Amino acid sequence: MTTTALIGTKNKKGQVYTDPNEIFFEAPRDASFLTGSEIIKEAIKRSSCEMSVAYPITPQSEAASLIGELFAEGYVDIYSRGASEFDVMSICAGGSFGGSRCFTTTAGPGTLRAMENFPMWAGSRLPIQVCITCRGINSPLSIQPDTLELYYMLETGCLIWHAETAQDLFDFIMKGFVVAEQPDVHLPIAVACDGFFVTHTKDVVMMTPDDMCLPRYDPYRSPVPCMDMECPPVRMMRDPFVMKNNYISYATHASWQQEVRAAIERSRKHTEVLLDGLIEIENGDAEVLIVSSGTAVSQGRETITLMKDEGFDVGLVKIKTLRPFPTEEIKAATRNAKRIFVPEFNVAGWLAREVKAVVEDNQRVVAGPHVGGGMTMPPEVVMERILRTLKADKEELSHV
Amino acid sequence: MIKRRLNIRMSGLGGQGVVTSAHVLAMAASKENKWSISNPFFGAEKRMAPAEAYTRIGIDRIYDRGELVYPDAIIVFHPQVITMQKSYTAPFYSGVKNGGLLIINSDVPLLSKEDKASLVKLNVSTFYVSATKIAIDIAGTELATNMALIGSVAGITGCVSLQSLDLALQDRFGKKYVASGGTATLDEAIKKKFAKKEQLLAKNLATVTHAYERAGAWANDNKYELMVAAA
Repeated sequence: MTTTALIGTKNKKGQVYTDPNEIFFEAPRDASFLTGSEIIKEAIKRSSCEMSVAYPITPQSEAASLIGELFAEGYVDIYSRGASEFDVMSICAGGSFGGSRCFTTTAGPGTLRAMENFPMWAGSRLPIQVCITCRGINSPLSIQPDTLELYYMLETGCLIWHAETAQDLFDFIMKGFVVAEQPDVHLPIAVACDGFFVTHTKDVVMMTPDDMCLPRYDPYRSPVPCMDMECPPVRMMRDPFVMKNNYISYATHASWQQEVRAAIERSRKHTEVLLDGLIEIENGDAEVLIVSSGTAVSQGRETITLMKDEGFDVGLVKIKTLRPFPTEEIKAATRNAKRIFVPEFNVAGWLAREVKAVVEDNQRVVAGPHVGGGMTMPPEVVMERILRTLKADKEELSHV
Repeated sequence: MIKRRLNIRMSGLGGQGVVTSAHVLAMAASKENKWSISNPFFGAEKRMAPAEAYTRIGIDRIYDRGELVYPDAIIVFHPQVITMQKSYTAPFYSGVKNGGLLIINSDVPLLSKEDKASLVKLNVSTFYVSATKIAIDIAGTELATNMALIGSVAGITGCVSLQSLDLALQDRFGKKYVASGGTATLDEAIKKKFAKKEQLLAKNLATVTHAYERAGAWANDNKYELMVAAA
C-alpha cells in the first residue's frame, strides 16, 4: 500500500494523514507566539517524521532536545544521539537508506564537521532534511548568528531554502519534505534560518492544526534502487564497474553530478507552487532594490519603511531558495533597478556574488552592507549605505 | 511622546532573568493584540556575564530583529552593567533615542557627571528603582528582581496592562516551558522557593503590580510620557 493510500486514516497519535495541499492551503491556522526552536518542534510534529538524530548543542537552539520530547510523546519513531555531527549525518543516511523520513539540525562548526555527508546524501539521493540554524564558524568560538556556513553548502547538491522568519521556518520545514521527496527530485534539503534572530526570537506564527499530519515517506518512490534485501547498501556505494575502470568511473561521476544538479532544477516546479514562487517582491518598481535572504530580508523591509519616511522609494526582492537559485526571476525583478543592494550577515558577501553572476549590467550591484560574527544589522545601517552610494552616484553624474 | 513602536533594551547579568523579562513583556503585548517581538543576545551561558534581551512593541508588523542599537527605553538590571561596563555597548546607554527612558535597579545613584551630562543633552529621563529590594520584600526572593523591572517599564509607558502581564506570567510559569539547561535550572530554583506554582504566580504578580503602580506614579509626578500609540 502506498503512503498516499493512508490519507484520511489516523496515526497512532490520532493525527489524520492529510493531503499536503489541504494542510498548506485549506486548513485553518491559529496564531501562536513562539520561539523559532519551538516552531521547529511544531513543524516536525506535523511532518510524520520517523527518525531524528541529535547532537544537541544548545544554545544554538533547543530544537534537538524538543524533538526528543516528540519521541517521548510518540510522534517520532526513532531518536538517537550521535557522537559528533559527522556521526549524526551518517546515522541519518542509514535511516534514510532504510526508508525513514529523517530530520536533524545543526549549526556553524557542526555543519562544517558534518560536511562530507551532505554531498554523500545528495549523490545517494537521500531526501533527508537538515535544519541549519546558522551561527559563526570561526575561532574563537562563536554562538552568534552568521550565515557564512551557507556558502560552504551551496555546491553540496542539497536543496537549500533560507527562512526569513519563524513563519517561513514552520512552512519551509513541512513543505521541504514534500519537495525533497518527489521522485524527480529526491534530494536532501537544508532549511536554513539565522540563529538567535529566528531560533531565539519570539514571534507570531500561524500554525496548521496539530491533528493533521503529512502522509508518510514512501521509499519506493525513489528514483534509485531502494535499499532492501535484494539491494543491499554495498551495491549502491561501490558498484564494481564504476570502480574498475577509470574512464567509466569519471564519466559516471561527472554525469551523476550533473544529474544531481538537474534534479535541483527539477524541484523548481514543485517549489514554485508550494512557496508561491522562489522569490517575493515588495515595491518592485523602485529604482533602488534590496535583494537578500534570511534575516537580512526583514532588515530590508524595515529599511524600506525608514527610507519612505525620508522620501526615498526603495523596493525589495526576497530570495527564498538558494538552491535552486532563482536566476531568471532575479534577472527579471531587477531589470529596471538603477542600484541593487545585497545586505548580508557574513563577511564574504557570497549572496552578492551569486546575484552579480546572474544580473545583467552587474556593476549596479552593491555588495553590502555586511555584518559578521553575530553582529546586528540595524535598518539605519542599510539606509546609510544606500544613501552614501546614491550620493556618490549623483556626484559622479555631475562630473560628467 | 507617543510612538508607533517602542524599543526596549534590557541589560543585565546571566541568571537575572533578563531574557525571561523580554519574552514575558512581548507575550503580554501579544495578548492585547499589539505586534511584538523579543529576542535575547548572550554569549556562552554563564551567570554574572553580560546578558541582554530586547522587546519591540508596536502597532505595525515588526520585522526588525537582533541587538537593539537605538532603544527608546533601557532597563539596567544590575549595577555592574554601569560600574563594570557589563553591557554590549559602551557606554551602556549608547544609541538611546532623544526623550528616552532609563530605568536603573539600584539603591544609590550610579551615573557619573559625564553620563548625566550626555543624558541631559538627549533629554533622557532616569528612574531609579530598588527592584531587588522590592523583590525581596514582596516575593521573598531576589529572583523576582526582573518582575519589579518589567512592572516598572510597563507602569511608566503603559506598553502593556497588568492584566496582560498576568496572562503572560501564567503562560510562562504556569505551563511546561521550553528552556535551555541553565534557564531550566533557574526555573526549578525559583519554583522550589514556593510551595505551589500558584503561590509563585501570585508573588510574581504582586511584585509586578507594586512596581507598576510606583513607576506610574513617578511618571505622573514628573509628567514623563513615552507611550505606544493605540492600534
